[in-house]
Amino acid sequence: MFISNILKIFRTYGTSLLLGVRTTLLVAITGTLAGLVIGLIVGGIRAIRLDFTASNASRITKKIVDGILNVYIGIFRGTPMMVQALFIYYLLLDLIHWTYLQAAIVVISINTGAYMAEIIRSGIQSVDEGQREAARALGMSNSQTMMEVILPQAIKNAFPAVGNEFIVNIKDSSVLMIISITELMFQAKSIAGSTFLFTETYFIEAVIYFILTTIASIVLNAIERHMDNGNVSLPMSDTNPASMNLAYHQTGKAGK
Amino acid sequence: MALVEIRNIHKNFGTLEVLKGIDFSVDEGEVVCLIGRSGSGKSTMLRCINLLEIPDSGEIRVFGENILENRDVNSYRAKVGMCFQQFNLFTNMNVLENCVRPQIKVLKRTRKEAEKKALQLLAKVGMLDFSRASVNTLSGGQKQRVAIARALCMDPKLMLFDEPTSALDPEMVQEVLNVMRELAAEGLTMIIVTHEMRFAREVSDRIVFVDDGIIVEDDKPEVIFTRPKSPRTAEFLRAFM
Repeated sequence: MFISNILKIFRTYGTSLLLGVRTTLLVAITGTLAGLVIGLIVGGIRAIRLDFTASNASRITKKIVDGILNVYIGIFRGTPMMVQALFIYYLLLDLIHWTYLQAAIVVISINTGAYMAEIIRSGIQSVDEGQREAARALGMSNSQTMMEVILPQAIKNAFPAVGNEFIVNIKDSSVLMIISITELMFQAKSIAGSTFLFTETYFIEAVIYFILTTIASIVLNAIERHMDNGNVSLPMSDTNPASMNLAYHQTGKAGK
Repeated sequence: MALVEIRNIHKNFGTLEVLKGIDFSVDEGEVVCLIGRSGSGKSTMLRCINLLEIPDSGEIRVFGENILENRDVNSYRAKVGMCFQQFNLFTNMNVLENCVRPQIKVLKRTRKEAEKKALQLLAKVGMLDFSRASVNTLSGGQKQRVAIARALCMDPKLMLFDEPTSALDPEMVQEVLNVMRELAAEGLTMIIVTHEMRFAREVSDRIVFVDDGIIVEDDKPEVIFTRPKSPRTAEFLRAFM
């Protein structure tokens, strides 16, 4: 009975489920990427430490900007995304006449940005202080140091946490059905409403979410492994010719 | 005229007074070693010269300018090379990029010029074969040689070494010291904080013994090592020899 009901739902509503998956992925992927960009900017600004070369004006500006960013992070981490979606959608509706989907993407991006800012900041803090000192000692400016040396390492360090945000977003985008975007949760709810097969429909929904997050973690793990490939570490004192050759092979041709 | 001239600098970290009035100068082409116990203030003194630490009072003139009043710190620092105990090679770049990127960013050289310079200096420190290697695959001695090449790429007029061999296994110390000997022989002005007494004696024009935040003795190596004037210097050296 259960199985045949499930098959029936698939036959009748397969397309709308797929559309739901598409919207869910669209919202989750754009939200995570845009959130990452916001997080890089916000986290990067918050991690700047002005040294004695900074003028008083830039010191004051930094204080004010930090204050604003702290409020942003505090509010968006401290209130439910469902409430943020409703509030922001209606707040700006008369002003910009946007669609539900546009509003959903903006809300999830800003919300993710607040979390990403903290992730990037801790990634930045995990970069060895010596890296910053060496860059400054070579004459690089604060922003060159950040862009060339600190952020690339911080992103790498923070990658697992960034990937985790993506998986959270696949699942948590479901709360955005509150503003009627036709993502997976919304579709499932309407299917259940019209078939009265509640258990079966939500079971299917759960399975689809699980498949999506599983695929996402496999892809994220593959990317993480790929990033590590450039860094084959040998023991510091290991300078015998055999291990040198190994190092050559693993890092691409080094010279001769 | 002195290339580096330090007058009466003081530096506190919180309540700890690390430098208690340092007067010190280095002429062009001189090699000066700073020796002393850990915590004596010699590293802080070195770090003040390229403004990684800012003294609380006093004056530092380098290349004839008062660097504490200089607002263009970045172009000043580009003229002063620095090597660290922990090498601090950029781990997100390979060996060549470590040497190339700062030249492009700070000196606005083209990639072609920068690479040419970098390869030339990597060859000089014997690391040419490793130019495409990731820095994590290198041994400590190799890392430090790359760090020296990276600093030299900026055409520094003055090189600062902060315990360049202290983090190395004993068998790798010589490969780094040999590179430094070569630089000294070429007449590069160098200030070196080191615990390698034999090297200090052999390579320096002058040795400065720092203890408890002051310069106790500043003299030729023969004098410092054979007939130090201060009993504190003698005591320190006895513990080392």
